[in-house]
Amino acid sequence: MHELSLSGAIVNTVEKHAAGRPVSVVSMRIGALRQVVPDTLDFYFEFVARGTVCEGARLEQELIPARLRCGACEAEWGIEVPVFMCPACGPAGRIEVAAGDEFLVESIEVEEAECIAQR
Amino acid sequence: MHRTKVRIVEEALDANNTIAQANRADFDRAGVRVVNFMSAPGAGKTALLERVVADLPGVRVGVLEGDVQGSMDADRLASLHVPVTQLNTDAGFGGECHLDANMVRSALGELPLDDIDLLVIENVGNLVCPAEFRVGEDARIMVSSVTEGEEKPLKYPLMFRACELVLVNKIDLLPHLDFDLDRFLYNLDQVHPGVEHILVSAKTGEGIDEWRDWLVRVGSPAEAHV
Repeated sequence: MHELSLSGAIVNTVEKHAAGRPVSVVSMRIGALRQVVPDTLDFYFEFVARGTVCEGARLEQELIPARLRCGACEAEWGIEVPVFMCPACGPAGRIEVAAGDEFLVESIEVEEAECIAQR
Repeated sequence: MHRTKVRIVEEALDANNTIAQANRADFDRAGVRVVNFMSAPGAGKTALLERVVADLPGVRVGVLEGDVQGSMDADRLASLHVPVTQLNTDAGFGGECHLDANMVRSALGELPLDDIDLLVIENVGNLVCPAEFRVGEDARIMVSSVTEGEEKPLKYPLMFRACELVLVNKIDLLPHLDFDLDRFLYNLDQVHPGVEHILVSAKTGEGIDEWRDWLVRVGSPAEAHV
């Protein structure tokens, strides 16, 4: 359900960079820990984008698997289930998220007129 | 027309975080500590506040009450003679399911910041979206009631990882439920190792002193913030 709020955040971020130009593609990198459902994000994005520069834009979602690192023993491993425990150090470990909590607008493609008057 | 690729590489929630930092700076200037109080609907946030806000030794508390609609929770707390500010989210996109930094910012002018040491922001009841949006708080507290089931930390890791304190509420109901408290605490520890928790019952008062002490510790003006 948070895909609706997240769609709003995407559109706000893109609007800042699009400078009024119509956007055709929005490329995102989304970590598994964000618990985003790709189809749901697509659905809400299309809806929230209406009336903005993002209207009709395609949302590309690159999913980043979650990886954890232990600051104590420097081990790094991937996780499928939300268990934030170092297999070697146990509770004494210092867990850091190495990858998987991204919600990044990586790039956009915008439509530009062939000749833009220099201002 | 031609297409140009524009590289951005920006967290989509940065805009919210920037406003949250501005809120935090304003709260710091006013010497007000802020906690963001979150849970699923009906977990007992308001009841747990009712239990403590009128009696926090040395801490003048105010509440910012976030609801999709209505002021029922705010009215309950105002009857305890603490300043309560209502923030309804229904003016937003069909009723936002969470508070974000901008909504809190819009309420700043109505908050009695000069007269309080601690602001409790009671978020909209929801285990998902509030975890994503910082609002300028110093600490985040979530309530999980035993009627919700012991697997909740595994299902909502974003929320259970986003808080510094978990209040496990409605423990007076444990004899009547199949809820496995040890299993819940194990799951909590898997998702957020070392996070503090307090077992409480807003109904019987069990654990409430410990909850009050926690709030006093966070909200005391003496506790210089670094």
